[in-house]
Amino acid sequence: MRVTVRLFARLRDIAGAAELTRDVPTGATIGAVWQALVAEHPALAEYERSISTALNADYARMSHAVSEGDEVAFLPPVSGG
Amino acid sequence: MAIPLLSIGPGEIVVEPIVQAVTASRGAAAGGDGAIATFLGLVRNHNKGRRVTYLEYEAYEPLALRSFERIRREIDARWQGVALALHHRIGRLEIGEASVAIVTASAHRADAFSACRYTIERIKQIAPIWKREFFEGGDMWIEGATADPDDAAARAEAERVACA
Repeated sequence: MRVTVRLFARLRDIAGAAELTRDVPTGATIGAVWQALVAEHPALAEYERSISTALNADYARMSHAVSEGDEVAFLPPVSGG
Repeated sequence: MAIPLLSIGPGEIVVEPIVQAVTASRGAAAGGDGAIATFLGLVRNHNKGRRVTYLEYEAYEPLALRSFERIRREIDARWQGVALALHHRIGRLEIGEASVAIVTASAHRADAFSACRYTIERIKQIAPIWKREFFEGGDMWIEGATADPDDAAARAEAERVACA
């Protein structure tokens, strides 16, 4: 199944794209999507413990399963204000 | 056209219409307000020894708005009867420009100040917004807190600072 991946700030710079489409196995979690990205872009690995994750524009944990057509977002530590 | 209470976008921040939006949101109860607190966050020309020339802000806008709504719910729970407006800007901002405006209205000044301070602390904790700092000699993404809206300790710290 296909999911859309959104990347922001330095994660976007590392991956070279703000939005990607990826095929993942049925039942895959947000964490599995992340691991697939890290395999493509090893420099992302340093963010393993500091990212936040969102599913369809709402915060969600790494263990949350994704579904066909979902938008998964990976967020580096924030710096608004 | 009415200005929304919660907003994120590239438009320049002007305080007075935001204050008017808060007052309008009170409707017939506006006469009960005894205080409005306003906060503006500005782009500063120095940071950690670097001479900053400008900033670029980006956001995951739909989640940022949901984060603002969460902050409003937290304020409703902690400071009943306080009205909130929160506007955050994205895009390129020059030195001295406002990146964020917070307006709170309340019957008494203590709650207005506290809710205003709480809001900026929570923005820095949970809003999916990032600033890229351009300075003399380079640029870098600024990375602060790992956003976790369910982190009770972070929320308690924001409340502690707000009520200090």
